[in-house]
Amino acid sequence: MDIRLLDAEPTAEERSAVDDVLGAPGSSWDGGDRGSARDSHTAEFGGRATRERRHLLLPAFQALQARVGFITEGGLDYVCARLGVPPAEAWGVATFYAMLATSPRPRRMVHVCDDIACRAKGAAGLCASLEREAGAPISHEPAGHHVALDREKAAWMHSPCLGLCDVAPAALVVEAGAKTVERSIGHATKDGVLSLLGGKAPGPDGASTPHIGRSPLIVGGGLLERVGKVDPASLAAYRAAGGYAALAKAVDMGAEGVIREVTASNLVGRGGAAFPTGRKWEAVRTQPAQPHYLVCNADESEPGTFKDRVLLTEDPFAIVEAMTIGAFATGAEKGFLYIRADYPLAYERMQGAIVQARAAGLLGENILGRGLRFDIEIRRGAGAYICGEETALFESIEGKRGEPRNKPPFPVSYGLFGKPTTMNNVETFANIPAIVLDGGAAFAKVGTAQSTGTRLFCLSGTVRKPGVYEVPFGTKLSALIGMAGGVPEGRTLKAVLLGGAAGGFVRADELDITLTHEDTRATGTTLGSGVVMLFDETADLRDAVLRIAAFFRDESCGQCVPCRVGTVRQEEALHRIASGKMRGGVKGELALLDELGDAMKDGSICGLGQTAYSAVESAIKRLGLYSDAGSATA
Amino acid sequence: MEETDVVFLWGSNARAAHPIWFHHLLKGIHNGAKLYVMDPRRTESAQWADVWLGLNVGSDIALSNTMAREIIHAGLVHQEFVSNATSGYEAYKASVESYTLEKGALLTGVPADVIRDAAHTFAKADRAMICWTLGITQHHDAADNVLALINLCLLTGHVGRWGCGCNPLRGQNNVQGGGDMGAIPNKYPGFQEITDPSIQARFEKHWTVKLQPEAGRNLTQMLHAMASGEMTSLYVIGENPVQSDADGHHVEQALKGLDHLVVQEIVMTKTAELAHVVLPAAATWCEGEGTVTNSERRVQRCRKASEPPDGAKDELWIIAQIAKRLGHDWGTPTAEEVWNEFREVAPEFAGGMSYERLDALNGIQWPCPDESHPGTTFLHERLWEKGEKRGPAAPFTVVRHEGPVEMPDAEFPLLLTTGRRLESYNTGVQTAGYDSPLHWGEMLDISPEDAARLGISDNEEARITSRRGSVVAPAHIDRSLRAGMVFMTFHFPENVATNLLTLDVSDPKSGTAEFKACAVRVEPSRALAGSAHT
Amino acid sequence: MTTPFVQIRRPDREPKKMVELQVDGIAVSVPEGTTILGAARTIGIDIPTLCYLETLRPVNVCRVCMVEVEGSRVLVPSCSRAAEPGMIVRTGNDRVKHTRKMVLELLASSVDLSTTPGMAALLDEYECDPERYGPPAPPAAAGVRDAAVCGHHTPPNPDFAATLAQPPIVDNDLYVRDYAKCVLCYKCVEACGVDHQNTFAIAVAGRGFDARISTELAVTLPDSACVYCGNCIAVCPTGALMAKREFDMRGDGSWHEEKQTSADTICPYCGVGCTLTLHVQDNEIVKATSPLDNGITMGNLCIKGRFGWRFVQRKPEAGSQEAGTGAL
Repeated sequence: MDIRLLDAEPTAEERSAVDDVLGAPGSSWDGGDRGSARDSHTAEFGGRATRERRHLLLPAFQALQARVGFITEGGLDYVCARLGVPPAEAWGVATFYAMLATSPRPRRMVHVCDDIACRAKGAAGLCASLEREAGAPISHEPAGHHVALDREKAAWMHSPCLGLCDVAPAALVVEAGAKTVERSIGHATKDGVLSLLGGKAPGPDGASTPHIGRSPLIVGGGLLERVGKVDPASLAAYRAAGGYAALAKAVDMGAEGVIREVTASNLVGRGGAAFPTGRKWEAVRTQPAQPHYLVCNADESEPGTFKDRVLLTEDPFAIVEAMTIGAFATGAEKGFLYIRADYPLAYERMQGAIVQARAAGLLGENILGRGLRFDIEIRRGAGAYICGEETALFESIEGKRGEPRNKPPFPVSYGLFGKPTTMNNVETFANIPAIVLDGGAAFAKVGTAQSTGTRLFCLSGTVRKPGVYEVPFGTKLSALIGMAGGVPEGRTLKAVLLGGAAGGFVRADELDITLTHEDTRATGTTLGSGVVMLFDETADLRDAVLRIAAFFRDESCGQCVPCRVGTVRQEEALHRIASGKMRGGVKGELALLDELGDAMKDGSICGLGQTAYSAVESAIKRLGLYSDAGSATA
Repeated sequence: MEETDVVFLWGSNARAAHPIWFHHLLKGIHNGAKLYVMDPRRTESAQWADVWLGLNVGSDIALSNTMAREIIHAGLVHQEFVSNATSGYEAYKASVESYTLEKGALLTGVPADVIRDAAHTFAKADRAMICWTLGITQHHDAADNVLALINLCLLTGHVGRWGCGCNPLRGQNNVQGGGDMGAIPNKYPGFQEITDPSIQARFEKHWTVKLQPEAGRNLTQMLHAMASGEMTSLYVIGENPVQSDADGHHVEQALKGLDHLVVQEIVMTKTAELAHVVLPAAATWCEGEGTVTNSERRVQRCRKASEPPDGAKDELWIIAQIAKRLGHDWGTPTAEEVWNEFREVAPEFAGGMSYERLDALNGIQWPCPDESHPGTTFLHERLWEKGEKRGPAAPFTVVRHEGPVEMPDAEFPLLLTTGRRLESYNTGVQTAGYDSPLHWGEMLDISPEDAARLGISDNEEARITSRRGSVVAPAHIDRSLRAGMVFMTFHFPENVATNLLTLDVSDPKSGTAEFKACAVRVEPSRALAGSAHT
Repeated sequence: MTTPFVQIRRPDREPKKMVELQVDGIAVSVPEGTTILGAARTIGIDIPTLCYLETLRPVNVCRVCMVEVEGSRVLVPSCSRAAEPGMIVRTGNDRVKHTRKMVLELLASSVDLSTTPGMAALLDEYECDPERYGPPAPPAAAGVRDAAVCGHHTPPNPDFAATLAQPPIVDNDLYVRDYAKCVLCYKCVEACGVDHQNTFAIAVAGRGFDARISTELAVTLPDSACVYCGNCIAVCPTGALMAKREFDMRGDGSWHEEKQTSADTICPYCGVGCTLTLHVQDNEIVKATSPLDNGITMGNLCIKGRFGWRFVQRKPEAGSQEAGTGAL
């Protein structure tokens, strides 16, 4: 391709960071030194083979970010030269992801979460005191005023949900360099963050000691069986605990046999959409187009969700095994695990699990000596909630902006790289080994007829014992909350956010809801990604609603008009109410919000826009949060 | 083009010179076609290639003969096509036998494995085509270069079929149409032979005049005839040879020696400045009517969009007025009337192309003999027919590598090759008129290695000297060039008369000049300024 | 070695199967692969579009063309959704009209649509009231929107409605980019990119409401990969991208489309034979385009075709003897 570069020279550091990911240049035409006689007379760079390496764009940027702390001009230019990506395209990708900085940043950054769960636990106060004592955060607004920034002096910035709601308020420290430091911080305090900003080395990862709870109704097995008991860094320990028996059995059963059991189990996706897994797998298996891909969606970014983090961190081999079974069943030889950027420990554990599995002949060629071929590549997200949407995730793996595609065509026929693709959520995969071992019928006995098996819920907010809880489908919401101890002593539950920012609020008098797909549908709620976030009277619900509105505005990819502009107008209307500057009174604003909500729901390309009004709507209609707001000014 | 499997783009920087044609090539590429680009420079076009073959300037025949030998030895010849539809194969086969991969690599500079891969890919492809431009034809052995490429297509059966063939990209909007209409020295309109008495008789009857039976001179021959005093008068229509032809000094002298020079032009060119009479003409493409024929033989209508400036006359009117003064009153024919006369004298060629049909079908590809004929998408399909319908065999032609006439030596160590850039055109008569942000003026593209060796930095003025002349232009360090080669255009003759450097050597068969290779010396201009007084 | 079968003519295309569907109660039969929009147009039902163009792959982002398909949870974009057998489509019921009205209103409240052909009528037809979102925020200073990064934003100012208002970018003599008028339809990116030109000088950068069309690092066009083919201008539906000539003439009030005539001719440069539609006002060429349905150009041109026609109408300098020939 005849691309025009910026003419900015990369530093040795930038060059080596990129080469670590892409390998050394093949010729002078893709960034190597001139002078070879062969290069004077031939080049194989720039054609189809080059364009097929586009998917390495994001990993190359991440390498720059991890080494240097931001995407420099020279670094951008070098990546473009190496991959033959036009700089404007590359810029479009770099500016899409919040964890990639395109203007100078200090090497060490502390990302302080101020999303809904952390707000309920005092994040706003934490940020305010940080601002007083450590100075203003690095702003996401135009970069101009950071020009004089000291790269060696650490700084902090606001972050959307970090998936650490069980240890809220949370933060993440990232230090760029030859050896990148990334550490999740739980129970963040002002002093703790200040010491990190002062240069102190971070302690152990805050995600390493999750709290889990299991319903007494689960006897034997379950998704959390090994958590906290089996060493997540040891393949031997996993096998000793029964690991990899399922894969062996799956190969005995054959692909169709596996899919038969998965179908019989009535397992549905745990990512939010609740699509039957067996049907999906069968659809991919029978697609004539080749190759087939398998993707594990570990981009858990729904505010309030952290269950997948616990599975990835505490039981990584189970995910590797389950993906291998899925690949066997659907005829895929290549799998991707797309994990959100801000799960460093989960990333490390998964990476370790894959390396060990490969060494043990459980990934790669001739798995288990049975002629099975499959391998997994981890791709990390870069700070974009939208990439949890399946087609946006494909785009992201392909090295593009994470913009969702219009469907149809569906991923089962046109997925990653335009090929038939199975994508499932981490928790969905985690159910597979048990289904293979015990059979679909046994699995279907747990839960209700329509919602089979167990489900992980993420309890957070003003709850006494936050953590991941596993209960059979059919458990009452009240019982689940009871397991976590409810709100702290002496406080009153005001509302529960069920399903995440894309879910909705329910009132304290609605806890009789049965946690099944059918009952939540009937009551106009959703299980979503398993978020159960509690708000007592100390939490500011209207503030939570404003945060949700801001979140959707920040995370909208910007492609379609209803979502791009609708999320802005929604947030503006809520701010007008908050500041008492309503147009047409509260009634007028609420009517406007409803009109916007309908258009976003009906007109948006993907689930983000379609659900951007859900939580706001429930706050208005279920909680009646604004029913008294208008009296003063309407 | 969009549905082919392999494209050899040979001696063409179509990305810059034929941008919209390149769109179609890109569609082919996105549909899965493999692109090989043969060009001494790794041009914008070459940067799209799956494989770039950066052959030495003027080694095209060596490359194609080497590929041919490899195809023959690898058993990849399309035997059926060769035996049914071609002639001269055995002689051709013998002639390429000495072009081993090793010899080919030595002559072209392209590594042997790359030549081999290209040859195999081309021969094995279901559909493949070769497209070329002036990189093939602006050589002293231009016709042989073209024949060498045709040989490759014949050898592999990539001719006369959908998605296949030999495709020369025309450099000017009506260079094809000029030939169609008989503006070449040896043909009547519709490519009918001047020397064929029956055809001549037909034209004499139609035009009711006696026609001279000899083929005329081509441009290069005309210049020589002017220089020798054989030719004393010249009528130039819309051409600027003083600046567009090789060895500009020589052309200017030839024109100055004429008794009578008439130039019909839309602007006052350097050539027009030498004229005894200038006939200001309307720009027919937008201030008049007519037709043009593009590279795919598509005849399309030009239509009048605006009135010419005061004093400029319609070209047909001018020609008719001259005819009148020469004793032939043609009246005031319209473009359509002239076109219809052409249809009458070349019915097999254009009989079916009425203005009405040209409008309705967005142009028609010749030949189009009657009004029910849709036009001809590709030629030579007959070669695949059986028996009589196949017609005469397509001949292989033996061609041998000779290399450029002038090679670098100690005194003139660099090889200058010339071409076009995207935003400009030929001598800049037309493109000098708009405010293009890409309008950087003439530059000397030079490799980083040569620039460093000569102590020339980017944008620094450099003096370029050949055996024939010397010019000054700013240097542009270009990573797409290898050491030993420099590149210039001739878009800015007012400032840098590149063609003072080029050779007046032309192909005896076609008359095209060797613009693509001449030996030069480059020095920093500042170094010379210091010594200019000594 | 002989190939057993040699394809001579263009391979026959299998005749496409016909798909029967119902649009607004009318039975329609269209070849497989036809979009709902295409099907509707065959029976004279016109669905408004903004980001759709015949010569570009549909990106279905503007959501103006949304229609209801029975059984679908949400509305579907008619410009890209293929007709399926038995589909029951409604192109103008209340639900469809509401979304269309909101989309138009949201655009009108944030983008300057004053030079979007047909837009005023559409806004009237759907009774859009862009003012109800509040007075438009003051324009951003030059470069501010180009520097926006994703993540947390400054909370909205309740006194204003956010807009894209910003000064036009005039950084070269051929065209102007006025992103206050950009609806982010992606057409220019597609035309510059893989659909036609493959130069990739521009792309969408940033995210959400801050998403914008940008060169790398928002450098000026002359510093970018731009080759000034103007194929982006040709597809821009709102006049955000405009030839400088037209921009200047509109600026000084001398642009009069109603006085313009046009003629199709062939580009005077290379041998490809691109059809040029010359737009003439007062006997002066003011613009060159190419028809979208032209098989050679698909509406595209190169810099020479799009802008290189000035040589025919350079005025002779005062006192010049070269009447009618112009200057060099």
